[in-house]
Amino acid sequence: MNIFEIISEIEKVDPEVYDRLDSRRSIFKHMSGLGQKLTAAAVPLAFGAVLNKAYAQTTAAPGVVDVLNFALRLEYLESTFYNLGLGTIGATATAAQTTFRSGFSTTNLASLDIIRLDESNHVSALIATITALGGTPIAAPNRTPNALGVTGDFDFTGGKGTGTGPFAGIFTTPATFLAVAQALEDTGVRAYKGGAPYLMSNKDVLTAALNIHSVEARHASRLRTMRRAGAANNTASAVAPTNSGTNEADRSASPKSWISGNDNGGPAPAVTAPVYGAGTAPAYTPTTLSAPVFPAENNVIQGGVTLSATTLTATANFPTLSYSEAFDEPLDVPTVLTIAKTFAVTGSTFFG
Amino acid sequence: MSFSRSAGASAPTPGSSPLLAPIKRRSFIKYAGATAGATALTLASCKKDDTTTALLDVGSGDVGVLNYAYALEQLESAFYTQVLAGAYFTSLAVGSAEYQLLSDLALHEKIHVDLLRTALTANSTPIKALSFDFSTISFSDRTTVTGADKMGVLNAAQMFEDLGVAAYNGAARFFSNVDYLGLAGKIVSVEARHAALLRDILVAGGASSLGNGFVGADVIDSSTTSATARMEKSLLPAAVLPKVNAYLATGSQLTAPSLV
Repeated sequence: MNIFEIISEIEKVDPEVYDRLDSRRSIFKHMSGLGQKLTAAAVPLAFGAVLNKAYAQTTAAPGVVDVLNFALRLEYLESTFYNLGLGTIGATATAAQTTFRSGFSTTNLASLDIIRLDESNHVSALIATITALGGTPIAAPNRTPNALGVTGDFDFTGGKGTGTGPFAGIFTTPATFLAVAQALEDTGVRAYKGGAPYLMSNKDVLTAALNIHSVEARHASRLRTMRRAGAANNTASAVAPTNSGTNEADRSASPKSWISGNDNGGPAPAVTAPVYGAGTAPAYTPTTLSAPVFPAENNVIQGGVTLSATTLTATANFPTLSYSEAFDEPLDVPTVLTIAKTFAVTGSTFFG
Repeated sequence: MSFSRSAGASAPTPGSSPLLAPIKRRSFIKYAGATAGATALTLASCKKDDTTTALLDVGSGDVGVLNYAYALEQLESAFYTQVLAGAYFTSLAVGSAEYQLLSDLALHEKIHVDLLRTALTANSTPIKALSFDFSTISFSDRTTVTGADKMGVLNAAQMFEDLGVAAYNGAARFFSNVDYLGLAGKIVSVEARHAALLRDILVAGGASSLGNGFVGADVIDSSTTSATARMEKSLLPAAVLPKVNAYLATGSQLTAPSLV
């Protein structure tokens, strides 16, 4: 039986085999080059490797526990962030943390402490759920800071361990802290939304994940409101977005409580643009997920319909941005992990 | 029947509308068709009590959940339409925080309504355009006046947004189509963002030392030890609909016997 007979046999059960192989044409070319050098007996081995690659990447969709462990990584990241900045829950704040806390208004600080508490509980809840399902929770990251505020796994300045990244001063400058907090929470919302489809086999876990998802969205909203008014403002919700809320360029510094377009790339566009940008459909998509797409937050195509006053006839004269604001977008696992690595120390394998 | 409602206005770009390209797999709309026949909307009359008004059944399965969502969005949208016409909103300075907030919310909810109706119309029969009863809301009061029997605008808005979040979270388990689940997920987090800001306004105005209105104990499990600690308290349709029906006119009130 030659290779093409094998493919023909596979085609009987998988009509898309040619597509799978074709999408990895470079490997095929590589193999044909090999064929001239290898003995005939070795070729089927090489071909087997190609098949493994073609199928491994298209069928290994994350299971329920995989998604929960993925969520747990993000919750560890968020929880550590708030504990390092505001003080560890249950511990006395350090002098530096006390000084930092005084930079926030009373209402804002109370909200941040609540968010800190929520994230800590989400970590516990995910560990408990994973364990109850018979899975193994990932090991906790190194959360002990050095003199630079950098742990063995996380550098929230984005400096990869130097403590001098683009968010230098993260735990001394309230505005910087809020900017990163917004980016983390908005990422969390997109990550849970992207993970939910893989939880449909377990309705209770799906519901629990969604019940965290909406809490993350509430956090993001509150943080955005704080940023709009400034960390020291005690009635942040009384402050309107600049320019009547119609200019996306203003959304980096003056965000709405929801995402408008791509929010001009977020709080610090040079670093945070991917948080609001497009993702990539992973190759391991399960067949039940019919060609998922992960557009940027400014997406206005929902269910195949390009939203406008033409397609939704009762929305005449609506601002263009409103069509993107009305929907948040999911993000795929690999893209989320890449974003999370912004805050990983070089050499850390916590985010893969 | 077309997903696109632009018939007569401008021709949709070929391929842009799933129904015009029935083979396209990524369209989530086509899945509704499979269950449409089984989801003929019925008026479930009450046999035990002749004085009980007939309820509108949202249906079962994916279409049932979409109709349920469509009804909730209709309620929110109709509420904001009245808000924008009411004495409280019209007295606000254009460009003020609350003017912008309520304007945006009205836009978002209207877009949700129209998209859901379009999705349902594509392959099924959406429930009718509902009629409402907002007689327990005062559209001239910013917040509920102490001792008054009507809710203020911001209190009512917060109540509707929170209810929407709890309802979407609680109904997601009844989806079998992953694309519909995805669509609901795209909407629910926006509702949560709305709710958080409304709660922020109301708490900051009344009890500024709390600062935790955005995840208040009435919507979040405030325990720090339970299995659902610090998670949203989602609600099943059976718990949501009595609250919704309080604002629906006779003949528009809903039931969801299949979503259990």
